Amino acid sequence: MMDKIITSKIIKDTIENECVKTIMFNHAEPIEPGQFYMIWIPGIDEIPMSVSVIQQKKKGITFRTVGKATKALFQKTKNDIIGIRGPYGNGFSLKGEKILFVAGGTGIAMIAPAVEQAIKKNKVVDVILGAKTKKDLFFINRLKQTKATMHLSTDDGSIGFKGFATEKANELLLTNSFDAVYTCGPELMMKKLYQICLKSNIIFEASLERYMKCGVGLCGQCVVGKGIRVCVEGPVFSKSMLKDIPDFGVFNRDASGKKQLL
Amino acid sequence: MLASGIMDEDAGSMLRVLESGAGAVVTKSIGQVQRKGHPNPTFVELDCGILNAMGLPNPGIDEYITELKELKKQNGIIIGSVFGSNAEEFTEVAFKMNAYVNALELNFSCPHAEGYGLEIGQNPKFVSEITSSVVNAVSVPVYVKLSAQVNDIASIATAAEEAGANAIVAINTLKAMSINLEVKKPILGNKTGGYSGKAIKPIGVKAVYDLYDHLSIPIIGVGGVETGLDAIEYILAGASSVQIGTAVYTRGIMVFDRICKEITKWMESHNVQSISDLIGVAH
Repeated sequence: MMDKIITSKIIKDTIENECVKTIMFNHAEPIEPGQFYMIWIPGIDEIPMSVSVIQQKKKGITFRTVGKATKALFQKTKNDIIGIRGPYGNGFSLKGEKILFVAGGTGIAMIAPAVEQAIKKNKVVDVILGAKTKKDLFFINRLKQTKATMHLSTDDGSIGFKGFATEKANELLLTNSFDAVYTCGPELMMKKLYQICLKSNIIFEASLERYMKCGVGLCGQCVVGKGIRVCVEGPVFSKSMLKDIPDFGVFNRDASGKKQLL
Repeated sequence: MLASGIMDEDAGSMLRVLESGAGAVVTKSIGQVQRKGHPNPTFVELDCGILNAMGLPNPGIDEYITELKELKKQNGIIIGSVFGSNAEEFTEVAFKMNAYVNALELNFSCPHAEGYGLEIGQNPKFVSEITSSVVNAVSVPVYVKLSAQVNDIASIATAAEEAGANAIVAINTLKAMSINLEVKKPILGNKTGGYSGKAIKPIGVKAVYDLYDHLSIPIIGVGGVETGLDAIEYILAGASSVQIGTAVYTRGIMVFDRICKEITKWMESHNVQSISDLIGVAH
């Protein structure tokens, strides 16, 4: 069963930037870009992580050190053991022929395999990698190797477009005729993009992040809207599903279930 | 009905469960103050069931009231689950919930939270004292949820009945552990958890069967109900109703509707007119 924890040795770890690391492990089961694993860091925590590298027998996750769990995971190196269950949830549909991907911050991790998949399917792809500043970006070289047209965007202008990724996206949407936008990043950024995409018939999908416990739709920790489970019905939601999620861009819940404004 | 601790984080989830065919929903167990619960992993799938150690996470009664208010606008039957470490705590939360729920369920059986649940629920004196205190403070029916991991469930249930409980809910998950061979450590963040699913059904059926001999109040059966036939087995043992938890995972959220249909189908093929004709028939 895919829901059992499989322990696996880390086969490779790569520092992407000061705070971002990629960990590779053997895992043969197929996974779609946008789907996630529950990653067990023994003795510390278990956290949801989107897949960032998809190979036939190996998979990878890429993460930023933000809390206790990711700090502990960042310390792990080759041959250390982690536990994996999944894949869980639904990935990006990758519908449309001319696609714009918008990744903000750590969202780059899950957008990268989606870009590669879209290119493999012969789609015409533009991708915006956005971050606060140049040193927060990663996977630039990896994505340069694809046929995607790259746009870098930093809040401080240290590289690429100066401003928010949403502003860059708006500019591209006005001057091109995309038929789909796929995004992952800070929720307020995705909400803004959603509002832009609501004005037209363009396909729009965003990946939501919520605190998770079971990962299989049982405990209800990650619910949004009317009992919509981010772990099962998400984490990627289409425009029409997001219409039924008033929480989107407004609040999430902590481990106790208490609402927190975004 | 939906068992406590499953898909009951907020009003929206419970509403979805009601629309999936549940006759009633039990809220997650709520305490006086906000509680984060245990660190992950809080869920482990095993060969014959699942192990969890959520650790009674809840936002505290004052915050959770907003969900109950929202839910009360709808037509569903809501049972508010309450935990505490003594009569005062139980009574305060129960009293605050009273106006928004159709019944209360006192959690005397959570197997993985120190100072709560089973640690109180294995002592008939505590169960009696707390039940009586809550019954005196509220106007809605009070159910008492007990564990099978006690010396004599019947004597505890009898103490609850004598203290004024209107129904007994049995059983909760069973205290259990799973150790990973590669890491050589317990998997759960809390090490100890509660085991649920098909594997514990015979234990629940036996508890309900024993309780039926000793009680005059109704019994609600819980533990490993996945199909309509499982529900009927509990009813034959003496249950008036059943709760569903783990099966939401094994059969999906529509499990409530499916179980109701399976019960109806069985009743038709066995010429049973009313489900109440089946209660306790196995005795």
